[in-house]
Amino acid sequence: MNSILQYIPLNYYVALAAILFAIGVMGVLFRRNAIIIFMCIELMLNAVNMLLTAFSTFHGDESGQVMVFFIMAVAAAEVAVGLAILVMIYNNIRTVDIDELNKLKG
Amino acid sequence: MNPSLPFFVLATLSVFSALMVVLSRKPVHSVLYLIFCFFTIGGHYLLLNAQFLFAVHIIVYAGAIMVLFLFTLMFINMNKELEPHKTNLLKVAATVAAGCLLLVMVGVTKGAEKLAAHSTRSDVGTVANLGKALYGQYLLPFELISILLLAAMVGAVLLGKKSVE
Repeated sequence: MNSILQYIPLNYYVALAAILFAIGVMGVLFRRNAIIIFMCIELMLNAVNMLLTAFSTFHGDESGQVMVFFIMAVAAAEVAVGLAILVMIYNNIRTVDIDELNKLKG
Repeated sequence: MNPSLPFFVLATLSVFSALMVVLSRKPVHSVLYLIFCFFTIGGHYLLLNAQFLFAVHIIVYAGAIMVLFLFTLMFINMNKELEPHKTNLLKVAATVAAGCLLLVMVGVTKGAEKLAAHSTRSDVGTVANLGKALYGQYLLPFELISILLLAAMVGAVLLGKKSVE
């Protein structure tokens, strides 16, 4: 069983991951809904995961894929706590618009 | 058939659906596009011979995290379909900033493939290999992850319920 990396240069995966990461960054700056911003953060995490997997396969070293596994576990924990916080914020001030969440502004 | 074709098809779909996550106005559409994007990224894992990660990715992301997102979104945003967007100036600024970041990242990582030789191993991502790594070299982090998940679960339950007093 051959991997795609025999036919595809590794740069293409680097470029694809960079594009996905940049789209995630754009989404964080672009949107006002806090849930969409969370989703864009997930997108960025996935871009990094894909790049780690590509390099791991390229080098023939499984440590990169173990790291991806840990990143997935941390992302799951982060989403659970983050969404619980968002639900609590919504219950308190009835909105998740980040432009309304400016109580910490001096 | 060109053997590199699956990569380009999957890459196009990933970028398109990622863009639609950011650009679509209805939050539910964003979530559905993100699920699709995660499936295409799972396809990339398969192409890279990482079967274990493919399975975990589909189960954790498409199966758990996105259901959580969809559930929360329907819990919160049921009544208003369209959210107000930022001003056009901010949108242009966000796009330019993300484009600059993309440029920098592509420039910095140029030549990264020359850092190590291309391995001929094709069994790196199998369940057996990763299991040996997880329960051998990475046993302590693996156990710590379970404590982290337990803490996150307790935290989410505590945050989610109404305050007692």
